[in-house]
Parts: sequence; C-alpha cells; structure tokens
Amino acid sequence: MAETTRREFMLGEGSGTGSGSQNLHVGMGPAHPAMHGIIRITTELDGETIVKADVEIGYLHRAFEKDCEEGGYNNAIPYTDRLNYVSPLINNFGYCAAIEKLLGIDVTERCKYIRVIMSEISRICDHLTCIGASAMELGAFTVFLYMIKAREFLWELVEDVTGARLTISYGRVGGVKADLPDGFSAKTTKAFKETREVLDEVHRLLTGNRIFLDRMVGLGALSREETIAYAITGPLLRAVGVPYDVRRAQPYDVYDRLEFEIPTQKDGDNFARYLVRMAEMEQSMRIVEQALARIPGGAINVDAAGRPIDPAAYVDLGKQGKTEGLLLVPITLSPNLQGQQRAALERVNVHDKRVVLPSKETTYGSIEGLMNHFMLIMEGSGIRPPLGEAYAAVEGANGELGFYVVSDGTDRPYRVRCRPPCLPPMAALSRMIEGGMVADLIPTFGSVNMIGGELDR
Amino acid sequence: MDGAAVLDAIRQRADVVETHAHRGDATVVVTRDALPRVLALCRDAPALAFDMLMDLTAVDYLKYPGREDGPRFEVVYHLYSLVHNHRVRIKTRVDEDDAVVPSAVGLWPSANWFEREVWDMFGVRFSGHPNLMRLLLYEEFVGHPLRKDYPIDRRQPLIGPAQ
Amino acid sequence: MGIGSFFTSKLDEAIGWARKYSIFQYPFVTACCGMEYMATACSHYDIDRFGAGLPRFSPRQADVLFVVGTISHKMAPVLKRVYDQMTEPKWVVAFGVCTCTGGFYNNYATVQGIDTIIPVDVYIPGCPPRPESVIDGLMKLQDKIATQTQRY
Repeated sequence: MAETTRREFMLGEGSGTGSGSQNLHVGMGPAHPAMHGIIRITTELDGETIVKADVEIGYLHRAFEKDCEEGGYNNAIPYTDRLNYVSPLINNFGYCAAIEKLLGIDVTERCKYIRVIMSEISRICDHLTCIGASAMELGAFTVFLYMIKAREFLWELVEDVTGARLTISYGRVGGVKADLPDGFSAKTTKAFKETREVLDEVHRLLTGNRIFLDRMVGLGALSREETIAYAITGPLLRAVGVPYDVRRAQPYDVYDRLEFEIPTQKDGDNFARYLVRMAEMEQSMRIVEQALARIPGGAINVDAAGRPIDPAAYVDLGKQGKTEGLLLVPITLSPNLQGQQRAALERVNVHDKRVVLPSKETTYGSIEGLMNHFMLIMEGSGIRPPLGEAYAAVEGANGELGFYVVSDGTDRPYRVRCRPPCLPPMAALSRMIEGGMVADLIPTFGSVNMIGGELDR
Repeated sequence: MDGAAVLDAIRQRADVVETHAHRGDATVVVTRDALPRVLALCRDAPALAFDMLMDLTAVDYLKYPGREDGPRFEVVYHLYSLVHNHRVRIKTRVDEDDAVVPSAVGLWPSANWFEREVWDMFGVRFSGHPNLMRLLLYEEFVGHPLRKDYPIDRRQPLIGPAQ
Repeated sequence: MGIGSFFTSKLDEAIGWARKYSIFQYPFVTACCGMEYMATACSHYDIDRFGAGLPRFSPRQADVLFVVGTISHKMAPVLKRVYDQMTEPKWVVAFGVCTCTGGFYNNYATVQGIDTIIPVDVYIPGCPPRPESVIDGLMKLQDKIATQTQRY
C-alpha cells in the first residue's frame, strides 16, 4: 500500500485531510450526567475549547400559562408552586401580589411579615441547593450532603407552617392559608443555628480550596454591560457590581422597614456568584430574625382552660376521644388547616369579602357566611378583579420574578405571564461558555442555577 | 422619575395612541410603525434610560369583552431603568393576518429569546430577528398553544398514543 | 420435585437476594420531584441503607430507571431512548404523580403517564412523594426483584 493511501485510510473519511483540522460537534443533554437540569447544549469544539455553543430549552414545558387561564384566580396557586420548585413560597407571594395589585387591595400587617419570613426561608433553601449541587458536580460531594442537611432543617420549618415540604400552596389572594404555628420562633432559631454551622463548614471547605478556586475564579464571566443588556437580574447581576434588588429598589411587603445589605462582587465570574449567594443567605437569616422580633399578634392556639397548646397534641387528644370541653373552644384543629379560627384568619387575611374565604365558623354558623363561601367557590363566581392589567415584581432567588396579569372581569385570569428570572441568564449562557474549556461548562451552568419549571414553565 | 413624568417625556417626543396608569403601571400604546422609534427613545434618552428589557410577551384579545373585533394581538414590553429606578410598559397592537412586529434584538439582546417565545406561543413574527425558531416547543408542533382558539388538551405527541 | 428444580428455585432466590440489594439506579431527573429525590438520597433519609445509594449516570450501567418528574412530549423520545439503552434485567420506577398519570398537568404539553411510552414496575404517587413513600416504593421494588423468576 502506498504511503499516502495508508495515511488517508487511517485518518478516515471526513477528517479533513489536507485542509487542516476540523471542529468536533458534541451534544450535551438533555439527559446529561453532570448537569442538574434538562437543557440541550450543542457545542462545537476545537480540541477542548468551545468555539460555539447553542442552547436549546423547553424540555420541561408544562403549559403553566395556559393552565392558569383554565381555573379561578386561587386555582393557579398550585401551578405557581411548581415554577421555581426550590423556592415555591416566593412564587406564591409574587403571583398573589400581582392579583392584589389588580384588585387594588393591601394585605394585613401580620401577613406581610409572614410573607417576608417565608420568602427568606425559601431563598436560603434555593441558594443551599444551588451551591450544593454545583459543588457536587465539581466533585465536592460532602458539601452537597451538608447543604441538603441544612435544607432539611429549613424544610421542617416550612412543613410546620404550610403542611407540606415542597409544593406548599401557602399563598392566597388577600393573605396566606393559615397563621404561623406555635413555637415557630424557637424552631427557627434552632434551624438557623444549624444552618449557620453548615455554612461555616462549607466556607472552610470551599472558599479557600485550591481545586474549587481553579474551577471557579475567572470562569463563566460576563461583563457588566452584557449582563444588563441581557436583562439578567439577581445574584448574577449583583456579582458584576450592580446592587439591584427588587426588595430594595421597589420595596414590597415590609422590606423597607427591615435592615439588610445587598452583597455585591465585582468580577462577575462563577466565584463571585458563589460569594454573593453565600452572603445573601446570611442576610436572609438576618431579615427573618428581625421580622420575627417585630411581627405583630400573639399566641393563636389555646386549650379549654386557655393555655397555649401544641396543635399536634390537640389532634392526639381528639383521636383518643378526649373531646369533652374542647368542643366548646372556638379552635378545634391545627392552625395549619385552613379556616379553622376566625381570629387567626383575620390577622393574616384582608377584610374583603370579594377575595378571602370566610372562616369555617362563619360559613357554617350564618347564612351570610355560607353565601359568601359559595360566591367565592362556585364556578362563575369567585374572585373577580376589574378589567385591567398589572405587573408586579418580587425578588425571587434567581432575580426579578414578575407576574403580568390581564383581567377580563370574570372569575378566571384572562392571561397570566410569568417573567422567569432564569431565562435571561440561560439566553446568555452561550456567551458565558464560548471560548472556555468544555469542562468549565459544568460549573458555569451550575452557577446560573437553572430551574426547569421556571425556565420552561 | 415617577410614572406620570415618564409618560409625559414619551408623549412629548413620539406619537402615541394612548397612555394610562392603571394601578400605578405607566403604560404607553403605540402603533407598530412608531414602535422602533419609541423603543430606541426609551433606551437612549438620558432622562428615560431604560437599559433593561425586563419582559416581552403578548396577549391574545380574541375573546376579551369589547375587543373581539379589534386587533387580535397585543405585544407587551416591560422596561426598567437601573439608572432612574423607574418602569414603563409599552404595547403595540397587530392584526392576526398581519402579525408582524419589528424586532427589538438590536436594542436589547434579551429580546432574542423572549421574541422566540412569543412566536412559539402566539405565532407573532418579529421582522429582523436573527433566528426566529420555536423556543419551548418542538419543530414538529403545529399551531401556537397560547392562542385563545387552541384547545388546552390538543396533544401532538412525538411518540406514544395521541391521547 | 426433582433435584434440578430444587437447585433452580434456590439459585433464583440467591440471585434475587443479590439483585435486590445491589440496585444501581439511573435518576432521570426532570422536575420538582428531583428535589425530593435529592432529599431521599442524602443523609437524612439515606437510600444507601437499601443498597440503592449509588446513582449511575449511564443507562448502560444501571438496572433501575427512576423517572423523576414531569415528562413533556418534547422529552418523551429521550426517555424512550434512555430506556432502550439499558440492559436486561431492568426495572422502571415512576416517581411522582406526573410520571404515573400526568398529574394535574392535563394539557397539550405533558405525557399522560410514562406507561404510555415504557413499561413501569412501581408507581410512587405524590406531588412530590415524601421521602417515606419513596422508600416504601423502593422496598416494594425490592420485593418484586427478589420474588420474580430470574433470568441469567
């Protein structure tokens, strides 16, 4: 065999013999081991360098916006849980805020504090998951275990308040489902102590770690101008030094009365994003502690003699048939169950019959209450905002979470649009990874904190 | 600047169809022809300086009371200014048989994916868009699901049974 | 009962016992249920106690496909392909109500239960299921693995 022929044979067809090297096309996803999310990145590689990347999304499109148009205003709340499923409480409150703006109502003081407290706990859960998962993808599995351990403590708090761990459906138009349970403040203190210990450990494990620094510093960076042009908000915007935060710029609930800082960094790389998130968790805990100290209102659950009682113990007594005397007390069940106690509901909900369900006592005890209940539940009735449109934004864990709602005067939203905070960074992801090594795609993707439910809706 | 001042500043320098500030949201409705000029003005005028296109979406007014016969689609831009901390909503209306709007990708790169999503969900085209493909659904999908005349349960599976 | 079938049944049991405690799972995580999957896999609930601690992110090395989260019509061909790439013996767990029936996403975008595409061995309902029900589902799968006729 002639020398030239053999070489061509070995190189194979289409390997670009004679005209230099050729780029290799590699597809990553939608089911890729090192990416905690379902997107597809088609990369063009020159050696190990990404020359061009094309991001395709939509693998978790679940028709959120269409589903919202099918039911009443409160029926959309379970769907909002599943937008950003790592911090569902913020989605609930963001959606409710948009409807309340449309109705022109304001929620009660205690409800505002509850919303702030629960939002911030969610934000911590979100950042814990983000940092934990992206550290795991770099091989730091211990960090992941620690972070999930801390998240578990916080989820126990969430479960105490809402009755569910993850998909909580706690927000209501005009208030929240129920009041905070007894002893919530003490439990929060304990959970935060555990979380702070975990964060401290993670700081020691990661922040000065040579391997971690090599994978994070200077990678995935986006300039200040580009970040703004792509409408990226949240930790990614603060990592380039812009202190934009909806909680500070356009305060909602009671954020203007609480003290907190907005952590920023300058470099805009993966490491800066990590530092911003770590600092934000501490600020969130600070906010919750202040809010708990200032929240108005007192104990809500008492036994027959008027002593505060744990809801679980109360249910246990009932299960054993020990109901003598208890039936005469206005409260009969845990405050986690909706509508059990008029006083507690009045503390957290607006006093507006067009919006908020009456308490069960009123519903079963008076004809007006029963009719009010029917008017809100029956198809064709329910909450009916006036004709118009409203856009309300809250600070989600990934940035500005906006809801744009159009009402046609009926009991169903005419259009609900969610402005997903992680869509703009995903649109800019190809800009972040082009020119880098293929292995650096993983930490960059992790630092964006893409959440499928919110991205694809 | 507050909402009223933003509206004044836009009204002075551009043709607008109407303005309102329902629930405090400053809103400007412009014609499709005036849209590129208004958007450029919003971004570049120092007093306005809307440097972020926060959101871009559309609404199908096919079944909206009182607007059944008017232009079917409304394309909605939500702008935000980091410099002045103010917001504005710009809207433009297009008919179904001529559902084309000039693209804003040249002004804000964030419009790229938002416009693709609007095309995907509503079938509104954006002239001058570099890559107007479906964003969330697959290329085989027929129709635009967020239109009011698309039934919610019309499935178009790639594999598996149709229902 | 001949001596041959005695050996076969005992061998079946032995293999079933071994397979039951060496589950290599492939978590096909798409959505919200992934958060509960993480919680189940980590220290608090620790599915390593059931011999299912080590996820294999390659279908060729996995025995059990955990389909965790909503499957959209766009994702369905990918799921089918992953399933087809797994080698026998293989089992499928439908994790969460979206994978069981489509859940409350009864719309144009979502698959109404993954059993319209691939066979399913264990259904774990819940939106998302709590870790306790995941562990219950895993134990049901173990029973199924241990008692079925083994092919080898």
